[in-house]
Amino acid sequence: MSAPVLSIQGMSHYFGGLKAVSDFNFEVPEGVIYGLIGPNGSGKTTTFNLITGIYTPTQGKILFQGEDIVGQKPFRIVHKGIARTFQNLRIFGNLTAVDNIRVARHFTTKSGVFSSFLRLPSFLKEQEEVRDEAMELIKLMNLEHRAMDMAKNLPYGELRRLEIARALATRPKLILLDEPAAGMNPKETEDLMKLVLRVRDEFKVTVFLIEHHMKFVTGICERVKVIDFGETIAEGKPEDVVKDTKVLEAYLGRKAVVC
Amino acid sequence: MDKFKLPRLAIAGAIFYAVVQLLILTGVLNGYFVVIINRSMIFVILAATLNLINGITGQFSLGHMGFAAVGAYVSGTITTLVFKLSPHVFGDNLIFVGAILLGACAAGVVGFLIGFPSLRLKGDYLAIVTLGFGEIIRTILNNIAYVGGPRGLLGIPKFSNFTVIFLFTFFTIVLLRNLVQSSHGRAMLSIRENELASELAGVDTTKYKVLGFVVGAFFAGIAGGLLAHLLQIAHPTQYGFYASSILLIMVYAGGMGSLTGSILAAFSLTFLTEGLRVGIDWLRDSVGIPIGTEWTMVIYALLLIFVMLFKTEGFMGMRESKILIIEEKHV
Repeated sequence: MSAPVLSIQGMSHYFGGLKAVSDFNFEVPEGVIYGLIGPNGSGKTTTFNLITGIYTPTQGKILFQGEDIVGQKPFRIVHKGIARTFQNLRIFGNLTAVDNIRVARHFTTKSGVFSSFLRLPSFLKEQEEVRDEAMELIKLMNLEHRAMDMAKNLPYGELRRLEIARALATRPKLILLDEPAAGMNPKETEDLMKLVLRVRDEFKVTVFLIEHHMKFVTGICERVKVIDFGETIAEGKPEDVVKDTKVLEAYLGRKAVVC
Repeated sequence: MDKFKLPRLAIAGAIFYAVVQLLILTGVLNGYFVVIINRSMIFVILAATLNLINGITGQFSLGHMGFAAVGAYVSGTITTLVFKLSPHVFGDNLIFVGAILLGACAAGVVGFLIGFPSLRLKGDYLAIVTLGFGEIIRTILNNIAYVGGPRGLLGIPKFSNFTVIFLFTFFTIVLLRNLVQSSHGRAMLSIRENELASELAGVDTTKYKVLGFVVGAFFAGIAGGLLAHLLQIAHPTQYGFYASSILLIMVYAGGMGSLTGSILAAFSLTFLTEGLRVGIDWLRDSVGIPIGTEWTMVIYALLLIFVMLFKTEGFMGMRESKILIIEEKHV
């Protein structure tokens, strides 16, 4: 494992008096699949919102490839190379599947508004490149038959894949997946695990994911961090973490451990 | 492959122009109808640009006529002044087009300023700010003696004719279509669909919201200039909330986000207004029912309620006519 792509130092966040995230310190090494788990309300999605700039942490630093990104606007953080998906899908419903992906490729294009008015050759060439890349991502996600369908008409599992494709279209170095397997059946979950591994290898991205399915986490994550009420309670390899007493307490309650 | 061809739209535009021109020359359409057609085309520009702000970028502007007022007054003042000083010195139409574009630029600058509140405000709050803006423009114009105050700006030379208005309208639609069906346009659409997801797909949402206002205001300024040079007067009441709300009805009835819908709605509602005027006059004079033309607004309000209840997405929904869709290879 090489240098950390993401390094979080002393990050805390409060909502009024409520402590959502308390003094987080961790590093996500480049190229790994890193899992963040914890019971409901433990601060997982808040952590993602802090990294992507939707919230600004009350304290602490977030270093992405050595650069502090605290206080930057979300879209700038995306430009630097962090993409994400959402727990409850946020798809552009009235755009076609391929257009959903094209939106995410937009910021890498250079043509200005004027060249789009006049449809200059350089603009058209760039638009073609964007379209071809979007179609490649569509194919990778097995959504070819859906490319020209309105996204709102796609079934749930396909929307999950479309959202991952949209995140990949921003050409990220780090991709945050917020409960990618939520609402999926065992077969779909298994396919998704393969897909995540493939995405990591083919796109050379680091994957940082939140998940409740323990099978999913133990199956593909190389490192896991367990949090509860904004506090870190364990960190390490998944097979070690699941045996940790504190983790079992957090998930199953104190009595279960005694038994 | 010829990348510059705009086949369907160019053909449709040419046919429309030829048919109307033929009907004018053969005397089938009298001057009255020509004025209505000209007004319809100006409203096409206004409705389509409001659609860019409300329907495509998903913001909510209630003061769109304010932008048109800026364009009308700026271009009207310039042409009036030039022709007072030295009539027929330059190529007339050159001055006219220059004045229209200057008026449009002024409107674009105002649009840029109005775009800023939209960065912090959403939905109803933004609607109230833009409503206030429209009224501020109207009140300012009412109080500047130089442009005639409440009397209006009079004696604007008549430059707008069917050909001029058609050309401006046609190119506005072409440019708006090109914008909407580009990656910039998709960025604007994504803001309407889900602003947070748009931001996290790397779209500079701030920039594109302001861009929507600037482009919308610029072309609305052109429409205002054309209207002033058609009616030869620019009057503050023309650009008040009443007119802005008619534009809003056009956008909603035509379909939020559909340029086709805005074009159809602008034509049908402009003709409907005239039809109602004739109908109401007939009811009053021949039948003896004591009603005035202000009843057209009642009909409009009913129409809006009808659309909201039974056809929420408007006549076209978000669809575009094939004529307005840019063809793409193998997608």
